[in-house]
Amino acid sequence: MILTPEEEAMRAGEMGPAVQWAIEHQIEVGRVLGARRLVPVSRAHMMGDMEVLGESGFAFLQSLRRQNARVRVTTTTNARCVDFAFAERLRQDPRLVAREAELRKTLSRMGVILSDTCINYQTLDQPHFGQHIAWGDTGTVIYANSVYGARTNFESGPAALAAGLTGRTPMYGFHRPKARRGRIIVEVKARLVDLADWGALGAIVGRHLNDYWQVPVFTGIEEPVSGDELKHLGAALASYGSLAMFHIVGVTPEAPDLETAFQTTGRLPAPGLRIDDAAINAVYDAYAAQAAQPRGGGRGDDPDLVVFTAPQLSVFELAQVAALLDGRRVRRGTTFIVTTNAQNRQAAADLGYLQTLREAGVLVLTGVCFYLMALPDMRRRFGWRSLLTNSAKVANIIGGYGMRSVLRRTAECVEAATEPRSRGAAAHTDGVRRD
Amino acid sequence: MTSRVFTTRPGFGPVVEGTALVSRDAFSPRYDLDRDVGVVSRAGHDLEGRSIAGVIVVVPAAKGGVAAGWSLYDLRQRGIAPLAFVFTRVNPVFVQGCVHAGIPIVHGVRPDPVSALHELARGGPLRLRVDPPGRRVSVLLPDPAAKEAKE
Repeated sequence: MILTPEEEAMRAGEMGPAVQWAIEHQIEVGRVLGARRLVPVSRAHMMGDMEVLGESGFAFLQSLRRQNARVRVTTTTNARCVDFAFAERLRQDPRLVAREAELRKTLSRMGVILSDTCINYQTLDQPHFGQHIAWGDTGTVIYANSVYGARTNFESGPAALAAGLTGRTPMYGFHRPKARRGRIIVEVKARLVDLADWGALGAIVGRHLNDYWQVPVFTGIEEPVSGDELKHLGAALASYGSLAMFHIVGVTPEAPDLETAFQTTGRLPAPGLRIDDAAINAVYDAYAAQAAQPRGGGRGDDPDLVVFTAPQLSVFELAQVAALLDGRRVRRGTTFIVTTNAQNRQAAADLGYLQTLREAGVLVLTGVCFYLMALPDMRRRFGWRSLLTNSAKVANIIGGYGMRSVLRRTAECVEAATEPRSRGAAAHTDGVRRD
Repeated sequence: MTSRVFTTRPGFGPVVEGTALVSRDAFSPRYDLDRDVGVVSRAGHDLEGRSIAGVIVVVPAAKGGVAAGWSLYDLRQRGIAPLAFVFTRVNPVFVQGCVHAGIPIVHGVRPDPVSALHELARGGPLRLRVDPPGRRVSVLLPDPAAKEAKE
């Protein structure tokens, strides 16, 4: 790998052992993935919470801190595993909670901004076209590449931190124009009327391709398309297929037409996939059938848990859920959780949505994503067996945590979890205690 | 006819030999693994109920997100990480995670190792040699350790 004199100095340890660790990590990763040099980045976004770090990762970060590690470029944190205001109510392990508090201090001392969000691209940080960044959380990566035209690979926690410490990342994959070329045409004939439909579309295409280096090009999707719709599409593509980029012809910036998306003036491929309403409905049916199996426990229309998360909700999503919940309350025996970031929570409070959600008995968690919250422990403590969600990403992940998931459209989830509430009636207070 | 030697793209880590655990399904530590004990927990996964500790995990693709970055390190520190990973197609996260954890990894393996090795594994435990510097994966038959254990 070709290194600049400054990078050689980093490698030689002249900028301290933490930077030396970081650049050696990057050189090795770059060597395996075909990078010939490092590229400067202006931002890093890292996953770093106790649930994924474990004690050994925590000790590693502590050792970096003792070596006076300090990030050189703006580095933000992804969603975390603890909302301290709700940790006791959700019966989270006090040791996990204490460690998470300590970890936040450690990261802060390293100069990391504790943004605690997986939707930085909607609230805090909108990269410009062609900007090289080093983001972690796959949903942030696919949105940055596809919607903003920024350039990033999936950067895991250690890799994003390394980028923060060196201000660089290995130049491979989606930093190069060639990798961003469309590989397959996906013709969409389906009507996408709810965020869950966009997630279902991502699930189908992600499962079909299941390869980080594939880039689907969607046709048949016309404006208006909202940021939240693109968010759920991207999150599902990344979750089901480990994809880092997509194009939508006429919508995303690197796909004004098919030829540009495929970076060709020659022949285009025939559509490789066609998605119609039946295909979208089949995604819902498959999850419902899975949950109905004997070992699943719980059914979609009588869930233990309803969760809107992954990605965290935008202000517009919070407004929609609040409108659906107006005059209703969460059913006895059901726990209803939504997650968002601090900025959107404040906006929702100012706009009155938060009050509506609380009055209905919804737990609004901040700075976390549900599946990061040491879920196996919580599941055992509350006896949760089934989860209903409008997030295809959560529906996909939850299977590894010993629960059955059901994917439904947003209004259907709310309908299944709530009942009409007469004026003045309080929210139920069984199960997880509420505000 | 089954290939016994596979070529790979540039890999990471030293040469290792060990018992293979071959999956036809893609793999993610977050989506598929009970990370407390290192056992595949996803219902219906090809490796459901199998421990990944100390074996060479052969999978067609990486699945999902960025969790492998920290979690492989944690598994390694707790002594329940795989001996090595062999990927047909990898994503950067697994490479980053293996580099951070010090777990050997190869990817871009040709011919497709999953179908070939899955078939071979049906005849009994398979022993592999993973050689990242030499860009090769070789099948060592039979697996003497497994044979001794049986006896």
